This record gives sequence, C-alpha cells and structure tokens, in this order.
Amino acid sequence: MSAVLLSISGLTKAYPGVVANSNVSFDIEEGQVHALLGENGAGKSTLVKMIYGLVKPDSGKMMLRGSVYTPSEPRAARAAGVAMVFQHFSLFEALNVAENIALGMENPPRMRDLATRIREVSETYGLPLDPYRTVGDLSAGERQRVEIIRCLLQDPKLLIMDEPTSVLTPQEVEILFQTLRKLTSEGVAILYISHKLEEIRTLCDHATILRLGKNVGSCVPAETTARDMAELMVGSAFEAPARAGRALGDVALDVTGLSLPAPNEFGTSLRNIHFTVQQGEILGIGGVAGNGQDELLGALSGEILSDAGAIVLKGQPIGRLGPVARRALGVLAAPEERLGHAAAPDMSLTENALLTGAQRENLMNRGFLKWAETESFAKRIIEAFDVRTPGPENAARSLSGGNLQKFVIGREVLQRPEVLVVNQPTWGVDAAAAAAIRQALLDLAAKGTAVICISQDLDELMEISDRFCAVNEGRLSDIKPAQGLSVDEIGLMMGGAHGMEVSHA
Amino acid sequence: MMLKLEKRAQPSLLWTYLTPVVAVICTMIAGGALFAVLGKNPGEAIATIFWQPLFGEFAFYYRPQLLIKGAPLVLIAIGLSLGFRAGIWNIGAEGQYIIGALTGAGVGLAFYPAEAWYIFPLMVMAGALGGWAWAMIPAVLRTRFGTNEILVSLMLVYVAEQLLAKMALGLLRNPEGHGFPGSRNFQQYPSGHNAEIITGSGMHWGVVAALIAVIFSYILLNRHILGYHIRLTGQAPRAAKFAGVNPTRLILFCLGTSGALAGLAGMFEVSGPAGQINIDFNVGYGFTAIIVAFLGRLHPVGIMLAGLLMALTYIGGEIAQSNLGLPAAAIQMFQGMLLFFLLAIDVLTNFRIRRTKREAV
Repeated sequence: MSAVLLSISGLTKAYPGVVANSNVSFDIEEGQVHALLGENGAGKSTLVKMIYGLVKPDSGKMMLRGSVYTPSEPRAARAAGVAMVFQHFSLFEALNVAENIALGMENPPRMRDLATRIREVSETYGLPLDPYRTVGDLSAGERQRVEIIRCLLQDPKLLIMDEPTSVLTPQEVEILFQTLRKLTSEGVAILYISHKLEEIRTLCDHATILRLGKNVGSCVPAETTARDMAELMVGSAFEAPARAGRALGDVALDVTGLSLPAPNEFGTSLRNIHFTVQQGEILGIGGVAGNGQDELLGALSGEILSDAGAIVLKGQPIGRLGPVARRALGVLAAPEERLGHAAAPDMSLTENALLTGAQRENLMNRGFLKWAETESFAKRIIEAFDVRTPGPENAARSLSGGNLQKFVIGREVLQRPEVLVVNQPTWGVDAAAAAAIRQALLDLAAKGTAVICISQDLDELMEISDRFCAVNEGRLSDIKPAQGLSVDEIGLMMGGAHGMEVSHA
Repeated sequence: MMLKLEKRAQPSLLWTYLTPVVAVICTMIAGGALFAVLGKNPGEAIATIFWQPLFGEFAFYYRPQLLIKGAPLVLIAIGLSLGFRAGIWNIGAEGQYIIGALTGAGVGLAFYPAEAWYIFPLMVMAGALGGWAWAMIPAVLRTRFGTNEILVSLMLVYVAEQLLAKMALGLLRNPEGHGFPGSRNFQQYPSGHNAEIITGSGMHWGVVAALIAVIFSYILLNRHILGYHIRLTGQAPRAAKFAGVNPTRLILFCLGTSGALAGLAGMFEVSGPAGQINIDFNVGYGFTAIIVAFLGRLHPVGIMLAGLLMALTYIGGEIAQSNLGLPAAAIQMFQGMLLFFLLAIDVLTNFRIRRTKREAV
C-alpha cells in the first residue's frame, strides 16, 4: 500500500436547484490509476473542477500529501502538481504544436528549447509528436497528445483525464494506456473519468462510483464485472437491449459511388462510398469523429445534394431530392448535434415536432399549420419515449441532453421511416436512456425499417448492428458482419486500411 | 460582490412584455435629464412630447397626424420584421420607399390629366413593384454572389436619393411649375390622389394597407409554414436546412416583401400627405422603421403599437421644437435612446441578474 497523494473528505457543492456533489470522500494513492465512474450528471465534472481549482467547494476539504489543498484557480492547482486533460481540447488550429504549448505556460522558454523538450517527453512516454506540425493537420488522437504533453511538461503528481478515449481508435487507446502505465510506474497518480466500463477494467486499479452527486461505492475494477459496475452507476438493474431474430427484406437503400467535396473548410469530403442496407437491417458505421460522419448524414438526409443515381431508394434515385421530398418517401434522419441542428433551442417542443413531422404526420393544410395536431404529436413523442419535461410548450433548450435526444429520436421513429439514419444516437445520454434508444432502434428494424447507425461508441455498434463498417477520411471500409468481429479487425477498419482499395490495386 | 448574468432555461414571458414599457420609462428619465441639461424644464418637455399631441389644446390637429406618420412606419417595419426574424437584414428600406414613390407617382403622372377609376390601383401596384425591384438588387446579389445585404441595401439608399433628385429636377418636374423643382401635386389630381377616407381622421389608404399588413403578417408568422420557416431560419439556420428550408427562396421572399411594403409606403405618402415628388421627399421613415420593428419586438401587434409611439415622439418632438425651442438633434437623440434602452433591457428576457460573491474563475 503506497502513500495517499490526495485525500478528499466531505466535498459538497450545490448549484441553484441541484446539489452537484454531496459529501464526497475518497483517497487517491501515489502511482494509482483511480477511476471516477458515473452517468452523465452524476457530478463527475463538478468534482474534478473543484480539484483543478475551477470551482470552489461549499464545504469539505482536500489534503495534498498531508497539507491542506485549496486551489483558488487552475494556476494554483498546476503549481501544486495537479494537471488536467479536458475532453474538449483548447488548441489553436492555425498554430503549431510548440506554439500551442508555449501559450499555456507561465514563462515559456525559447521556441527551440521548448521543441527539444517536447521531443524528449514525447519519446520518453511513447507519444510520437512533431513540435513543428500545425495543429489543424493533426488527428484527434494527436491533438490529445499535445494536451497530454502540455501537462507532462509541468511534472504533475496527479493527472486528471476527462473521457480521454472518446475520440480514439482502439490502437490509439492502446498507445495511451501504455503511456499512462509508464507514468504510474514513475509515481504519477491518474484520476481517470469515463463511463466505458471495459477500459476501466483493463486500466484502473481502483474505482469510485458517483450517483446523483454522492459516492455510492468503490471497487477494484479488475475483480468486478462490468455489469455490476453498471448497476452501481445506475442504481438498479437495467436491461440490455433484446435482439430478436429478424428476417431481412429487400434492399431498401443503395448507395453507389457517392463522392462529395467538403462542404466547408473544416469539413471532410466523401470519397466513393458504396453500401446497401436491407429492410430490417441495422448497418453500424463506426469511425473516429470528424472523418465524414456529419457529411454522410447530410448526404443521406438531403441537406447536401449528390448525383441522382448515387443514392437509390427501392429503385428510385433520390440523390437530387431535398430533405422534404426524401422525408415524403420515408428517408428520415437524426443528426448528431441536438441543439441547433436536430432541434431549434428556443422553440417549444411542439414547434420542434413540426420541424421534421410536418409532411409525414400531416400537420399542415395547404401550408397552414395545424397546431392542435402538432401538439398532440409532440405529446405522443413525449409519452412514447419517456421524455422528462413538464409539457410540450417548454423550450427545447430547457431539456437535459438525454431527454432532448429521446425526443429527437422519438420524433423520427414515430413517423414510421422506411430508412432511418442516426448519428451518435446516444452521445452524452445516460445509460438508462441509451438503452431505451437502442431498444427503439432494434424494434424499428424488427418492423422492417432499414437503420443506418453512425456512432463512435463501438460497444453500441457491436450491440445493435447486423453489419459493421467504418469511415476514415471520407472513405468507407469493407462491410463485415458485426458478430464475431475482433477488436483488432475493427481497429484496422477505423484506422484506414482500405480493404477495397487494396483489393483493387 | 458582483453582478452576474445567468442564462434562463426559458425566455421570460413577463420580460418579453415588460421590456418595451421599462424602456419607455427609462427613456423618459434619461431624456428628461438631457432636456434639463439643455436648460429646459424636463417635466414640461416630456409632457409636450407625449401629452400635447393626444390631449393638448390642438389635439384635433395632431391626432390625425398620428395615423399619417404612423402608417408608413408600421407598413415598412412589418416588412422589415419578416427579414429580421430570419436573420436577413434589409437596412435600405428608405431607398425602396423612395423608389416606390417614384414608380407610383410616375405611373400616375403618365396618365395625367386623364381621370379613371383604375389609375390609383395601377399606381399602388407600380409602387409595390418599384420597391420590390429595388430590394431584389441586394437579394439577387446575395443569393448569387454572397454579398452582404446590409451594405448593398444601405448603399442603394444613396443611389435612390440621387435618382429622386434627378427625377424631381428632370423627368417628373411639373411643366407648369415655373421652373421650381418638384412634380405636379396629386392633391390636385383626383384620380391619383390618396385622399382621406374619412375627412379629418387622417385615415388614408396607406393606413388601411398598414392594418392589412399587420393582420397578414400575424397569420403568416403564427399559422403558416412559411412563417415558421422564417422563424426557424433566424433561430437555428442549420435546423432550418435540416427541415428542408430553401435559403435562397427565403432571402428572395423576405427582401422582396419588405421592399414591396416600403415601396407601397412611399407611394401612399407621395400621392397623399406629401402630395408630390420633390428633392426632400424622404424624411427617414425607412430608417426609423428599423427602430419601430425592434421596439415592437418584431411582433406584428407590437410593431403597430411601436409605430404609433414613434409617430407620437415625432409629432411631440416637433411641438417641443417650436414651443420650447428644443434643438432637433435633442429629439433625435431622444428617439435613439428608446432603441438603446430597449436593446439593453432586452437582455433580461433571456438572462437573469444574480448577485454573487467574488469567486475566482
């Protein structure tokens, strides 16, 4: 048993109307990988913000190596040896790696010395990174390395990592884990926030589980099943989606040679995409964020037009049709970004129900709106998908992420689509709601809808999809049956080994 | 201790309605202070602006003026509000107003001295068409080449002003006007005259058109898919694209409608209250209507009330200028304050103020 590095006792933080953390206590030992587990809204972020000096606790105290630790700002936390890698990177795309790192330093050394140090650290910890590359050209995994190296240059005693693997391929995850293990062998403690249970089981020595702001238990992950940890997180047993045997029907959607230029400077161009989906089938499309997922959804929903024959619905070319015409034919979509894309934040749920439901739910008469029918459609969505809200007159932005996601998915599912395209259907959604959404997609497929599920959550894709493929830099990998696919194979598909091009060569 | 703005989960309904009232009160206080600094009795000045036109000794003269000045403001502001809601910024209504007056008057004068029932309706159509065409210039430039409609529409105001001067001195000049600039006067041309419908009420066809515009705009925004798409585009452009809104068509519709309504306002003005095309025909209705649109919260009924309020400050301001000797600039500043306070207090609709202890961030 090694010495305690950071001891937290009785930390409490309340915001108006909600207690984010209530009397949370636990210890982090030197050289330990300590997992902080919990659903969205369980209070994980508030807790680490208090440790990092971004938020001041209402009560409770923290001890760092035996002395009282009350960081008033992140600078004080960093000076005390606490560093943090955020989920969302704060990097300037137009600057190079070394310049970005210099920006975060109190007294940056000369650029040449800094570059040398960056090289040293990156080689020591197995994080290959060229200090002179422009950040805009880096992949998400490489950008994360910039953030990690920025932290390591401060010689931290405690490194906080907020959901670091959400943007990585399995291979990149493996590299990250090796780095973290090397760090712990040198005595650095890591506070690791995640809700991916399997990776916590492989990496972490100890786990503290938060639920509704309270510490509800701790465990040694390697000796606990993922299911038990999930139940601790949720507080009750929850059901894994049932996967009924489905008979596949005719080909519903046939995409052939879909190529599109990038819609904007930061977009990805789609290159020669081929796939088919049958009625009753769920096609899972994995891939690291920013590899063309948004563009693919746009091309399928009709927001981006393509050659007419590139997208064919049951023999009918629809590539030149806009979203309204495609909806009329039964091609529905639910984009990733809930606020501002799938829904208008300041509009009521009733008005948002109209957003995509106007045609198929027959909510207008020669352009005049039937508000009564629209409201009852909104109520049907709220009821069928257990959306927690006082009523359909509430603004979309007043809903929590998970509830709004249920509303957005429910809005499309209830319109009986022929083809449904979803992007990140359970992103930022708690486990219970995620299970409900996945079940809804499975039920929909069982009724004969062809479902295309774009997601970065591999567990989710393996759970629900019949066939799997991945997008990488706007190209689609080979499509393989999801069952029996190994993690290595998935990693290769995501990492850009283009099976199809190789076979053509 | 410090004050902090905190975003509300829902826009406050109370503040949506309270904001204009509070803004008017703040304007009275700050305006009163301004008048006091200028050496006038603030109470008297405020009363002159707000009370005299409605209930003073000469109210019988000023009350009709309220409709005459309010109608063009409301008509233009209704058109502008459609675009503003969709994030399409037509700042050049003044130019469309001038062109509408020119085309409307031009058609009327072309028939002179013939008398027929169809002349006035033709003038109305020509006025709307002229304003529409002038607004189509920024609209087409924006949809074709991505130019900024704010700059293009604004610059076209100055082009329109030059055209107005040219017409007043040239093509449309009254041949019997002894060389003075300005066209024939429509008040002496019954077929082309936008006369009062009820004598002494100030109620001319422009007032009727403004009322119809208010009603149509209300129905459009609340009951029709096009109005829904306008609001959606303004609030969440990406969601609008996802819903299937065609941005090009929306830009053409919004700019076209606001141009047509501004053109109508100009046509009703030139054939009625103003009477003739002249170099100084336009008095800034097109710009003031921007204030009216925002003061009325871009809501049709709100715009109607705001138009009347703005007309009141115009008339009251003129009385204050002649009776109290207040400079015209002070009155304009007073009107500007109204928009200033409105926008400032508007923050409270979406945010609440919270006192916080100083906390390191």
